[in-house]
Amino acid sequence: MVKGKLLIREEYCMGCRLCEVHCITQHSGTKDIVKAYKGKEQKPLSGIYFEEDRHVSFAIQCRHCEEAPCIEACLTGAMYKDKITGAVLHNNEKCAGCWMCVMVCPLGVIKVDIQNRKIASKCDLCITSGFPVCVENCPNEAIVLVDAKGEKIGRK
Amino acid sequence: MAKIKRICEFLVERDEDKCIKCQACVRMCSNDVHKYDGEENTIRSESSKCAGCHFCEQLCPTAAITIKKNMYALRENYNWQKEYVYDILRQAETGGVILTGMGCDKKYKNYFDRIVLNASQVTNPSIDPLREPMELKTFIGKKPNSIRFTTQNEEKMLKTEIPPQLELEIPIMFSAMSFGSISLNAMKSLAIAAKKFGTCWNTGEGGLPEQLYPYSDKCIVQVASGRFGVDINYLEKAAAIEIKIGQGAKPGIGGHLPGEKVSAEISRTRIIPEGTDALSPAPHHDIYSIEDLKQLVFALKEVTLYKKIIGVKIAAVHNIAPIATGVIRAGADYVAIDGIRGGTGAAPKIIRDNVGIPVEIAIAAVDQRLREEGIRNQASIIAAGGFRKSSDVVKAIALGADAVYIGSAALISLGCHLCQKCYTGKCNWGIATQDPYLTKRLNPEIGAERAYNLLRAWSLEIKEMLGGMGINAIESLRSNREQLRGFDLNEVELKFLGIKHVGEAW
Repeated sequence: MVKGKLLIREEYCMGCRLCEVHCITQHSGTKDIVKAYKGKEQKPLSGIYFEEDRHVSFAIQCRHCEEAPCIEACLTGAMYKDKITGAVLHNNEKCAGCWMCVMVCPLGVIKVDIQNRKIASKCDLCITSGFPVCVENCPNEAIVLVDAKGEKIGRK
Repeated sequence: MAKIKRICEFLVERDEDKCIKCQACVRMCSNDVHKYDGEENTIRSESSKCAGCHFCEQLCPTAAITIKKNMYALRENYNWQKEYVYDILRQAETGGVILTGMGCDKKYKNYFDRIVLNASQVTNPSIDPLREPMELKTFIGKKPNSIRFTTQNEEKMLKTEIPPQLELEIPIMFSAMSFGSISLNAMKSLAIAAKKFGTCWNTGEGGLPEQLYPYSDKCIVQVASGRFGVDINYLEKAAAIEIKIGQGAKPGIGGHLPGEKVSAEISRTRIIPEGTDALSPAPHHDIYSIEDLKQLVFALKEVTLYKKIIGVKIAAVHNIAPIATGVIRAGADYVAIDGIRGGTGAAPKIIRDNVGIPVEIAIAAVDQRLREEGIRNQASIIAAGGFRKSSDVVKAIALGADAVYIGSAALISLGCHLCQKCYTGKCNWGIATQDPYLTKRLNPEIGAERAYNLLRAWSLEIKEMLGGMGINAIESLRSNREQLRGFDLNEVELKFLGIKHVGEAW
């Protein structure tokens, strides 16, 4: 997994919402785009949220804060910071479902996912696949992964 | 008669098995082809609205959409082709002139396709450009008649004063496309690419937007009949100044940017009031003769202290050779010739398809005439209009051009799919539009990289072709018509191109 920050560039977001499509696919059981949407399995929630007001649009996901309020608020330690990548991740096993993380998140990017019985659902920086799919699939590079110097990081 | 409701040029096919109803197509089509029905969770497509730009097809995450050509349903008739019938139907409906974009798409003979290049065999060696230096550097401008040297302290010094030159790393520049006809992001993409590669881009007649000042040292600015955006700042910032007399897509025709498109930004750049029509008259009303042109050329030279080169862009028309001679005698440092296949943002279709001559013949005719008059060194020739590949560039240079302008090819590198609907301002690729919803679709970082890649690819190909001919500098190819042979051309055509037929030795 590459270490980096997700940078959102609203000036290039064209509002196609393909980031949502690919986020949903990535977090589905089959990782197949058609099956994720049309298969028997319940479709997962997208970890990326699309906002628009006329021609201004952007998609936002968890900022993986340095000092994350959701980690502080978590009663059971289910929300934790990955030591290598700095990603804020959620452990379903430990989660008690108090939804305090949902309450304290300043950006509203943690959602309650009752249907899939995942108690809190959020962006995991695609930690299992190695590279964020929203970055990889954005047709206009409106979401990019940058290093500490602000240089773009591509999939290795 | 019943009114004509639909003319379907394309068919939008949707594979329902693959469509996941993500609605990316619905959100992205500026022509409102796709409609989502929430009640039935289905997307329906209205093919008659489709411009054939393929944006939805490219974007669809499951490749569920295919845009196909609508097969001709009328009885086949060679004289009454589909296009002519539909144009009449449209005109009967609207009573107006049919507008279009891009260059002439008619099946005129393309001379580039009937010219082949030479290569070295046995009697002279070919050169491997990967192992040996290969020079593509080009200088645009007036060259001295002779060169004199003086000796100072046993060192040779150049005595002749060399007039100002425009230095290019590759004999390819980006054509004039104005702010208004294309988006700022499209201009910025080309400007960044040109600066990075060491060639020039052109503002067109719409002025130099403030955001592009950092790239102005590689920019040719146009002074056209509307004089939009022309002030001392504009002229001083530029690398060169081009007086636009005509355009290959619409020789003899002016331009009209409707008032509703003159936004605050465009009004600032063009120096005209917001919301007023931007009218480019067909002629320059202060240029009715070569003598008048000379006055403008020298006015521009005076104001820029003779430090910049002044060019004149003209459309290739029947009398091109004498006109070019006149232009050069009027003091122009280069003459840009735009052929019939030259592109446009908007032009009457009848003009685009019927007026002008192919640029291949025009270059050959002008080069020949200038040589005969002994003034070929006094100006450079830039060819424009329909350069599709690097071999076209090589052939044009061998016919006598110093450099070429590419417009459509540059836009294709930015995503253009040649749907010819530039004049509607609804370009889905964010190129020929000013709509804030659409312009942000062209990320200049990506665009610049792609345009740069195109220049790089062509430069490598040109070097390969030169190497094959045993030439190691593009200078040695200029007007080197022995490197060309024509086939499938008659004697008159060969005469005007100044080349031999295939099979004929040196």
